[in-house]
Amino acid sequence: MSVNAKNELSGSHAGSNQAPVSEQNGAFGFGADILMAGNKSKGKRPYFFNSEETERVLNIAMAAAAEVAVIRERLDTIERLLESKGLLKQSEIEAYEPDDKAAEERQLWHARFAARLLRIIQQEIEAVAKPEENKPMQQIADEINEM
Amino acid sequence: MQYQLPPVWTKLYRHAVFPEFSHDERARYNFLANLNRFISTVIAPGNQIAFQNRVKPAFEKEKGRTFANRHEVAEAMSKDPVYQSWAALRRCTMEMRQQNGRAVVMRQAKELADKVKQYAGDNLILKKNFKVPEYLRHVDNHLMPGSYHTSYFEGDVSNAANYDSGLFVTSGGMLGSLTDGGGKAIAKWVKEYYPDFRPKKILDIGCGLGHNTLPLAEAFPDAEVIGIDAGEPMLRYGAARANALGVKNVKFIQMDAEDMSEFEDETFDWVQTTMFLHETGGKAIHKIMKEIGRVLKKGGLCLHIEQPQYTPDMSYYEQFMRDWDAYYNAEPYWGHMHDLQPEDLMAECGIPKERFMQIGVKAVNDLDTQKKDDKITEDYGRTPIWNVFGGWK
Repeated sequence: MSVNAKNELSGSHAGSNQAPVSEQNGAFGFGADILMAGNKSKGKRPYFFNSEETERVLNIAMAAAAEVAVIRERLDTIERLLESKGLLKQSEIEAYEPDDKAAEERQLWHARFAARLLRIIQQEIEAVAKPEENKPMQQIADEINEM
Repeated sequence: MQYQLPPVWTKLYRHAVFPEFSHDERARYNFLANLNRFISTVIAPGNQIAFQNRVKPAFEKEKGRTFANRHEVAEAMSKDPVYQSWAALRRCTMEMRQQNGRAVVMRQAKELADKVKQYAGDNLILKKNFKVPEYLRHVDNHLMPGSYHTSYFEGDVSNAANYDSGLFVTSGGMLGSLTDGGGKAIAKWVKEYYPDFRPKKILDIGCGLGHNTLPLAEAFPDAEVIGIDAGEPMLRYGAARANALGVKNVKFIQMDAEDMSEFEDETFDWVQTTMFLHETGGKAIHKIMKEIGRVLKKGGLCLHIEQPQYTPDMSYYEQFMRDWDAYYNAEPYWGHMHDLQPEDLMAECGIPKERFMQIGVKAVNDLDTQKKDDKITEDYGRTPIWNVFGGWK
């Protein structure tokens, strides 16, 4: 990473007009673009929800949602290319009905996916259901110290 | 009931110095344009509903009076869940748009610089040791890290390429395939209302990468058009873009609009600014006005495209909504500039009140396939219907 890219990572743009060119891996050095893309702009970031935590989660969720849309668009391209090459018709996809085995495998995938998404809520409920398994770790440490 | 789709990103005209986009990068912009369209047409109107139905009644009940200014509206609205969701989402998409755009241009920054070099010509004048105005260095306009003026290495244009390729997302594709709807609109309006006007020299101040400068040059091919800006990457990219698009009668010069001393008095028949003044500063704007008055010929035309100023008949709610971008989309001078009266500004550049004019102009969008009589939802400051003020000196 170039000196200048490092400046960017620390959020400073001042005086960067005439920065040296990094010779390695494009303009900024390997992987620097990943970090520079997400640089913060000047000024304190406003939070609109009552809790910053909620807004943080919203931002992460929206980024994930964007990638779902990106995958959907890519899949759509694949379907259309397959159709244009005569390998598959999109109508076949629409009309596709899985046999029993395939249907069950897919349902299982959906079930696992839903469970992964909502894991934290499942665990919060377990915490309420089994208080004896929900002791603070400091308490457990102290108890183990006596074992 | 109708829902208008934004044009797909691939409708953008990709000139020779435009950044390369992968399939997924294009899809990311399509997602964001649609997200913005939904937020601006479905969620944003919820602010007005929440304001009318609960924020205002609650305030009036509690205080025994109505709002006294836009700041009280802002304070009351900040607690409303609809507003919070809208504002948080809008801020989020602005930041996503920057990150996505920067990811595209940063990975090819060197290639972009090389492309721009290939299309370089004699239409660009950059200054050694140019001092970027303080007001520009003080904030990253539109939440663009590095704003208009930062080059990350000699010859770098990544911030300009990001701006060029991503404005589509912010505007929901309403500015046309070359993102030049503003410039086209003003050129069309001038030709329509002043068919005998034959400007020989046109100055576009704060021209950026020339989105709105090139339409002036194309509408008046016999004129010499000069675009000035403080941002080196914008000018570099803009000059190459003009060459790539074959527009010959335009020149890009790095210059601080507060000091245009290299132009003689009464040089220009027409001085234009487009969405520029609100990105200057409280002292700079007056110096710029004075300079405009100096370089503008007697009998010349001066026009500024801006958002509407706040007037006594504009509701505090509308003022509040129009303030939003100033603070949360990092165009902070906008909030203060709204309180200036355009007649006074024009008087400063030598246009007397009796020759002052103010009009509304809608962006010319070559991508707009929708019916023209559709009701446009006012999305304060984000609908391409612009306030133009100015006059004849």
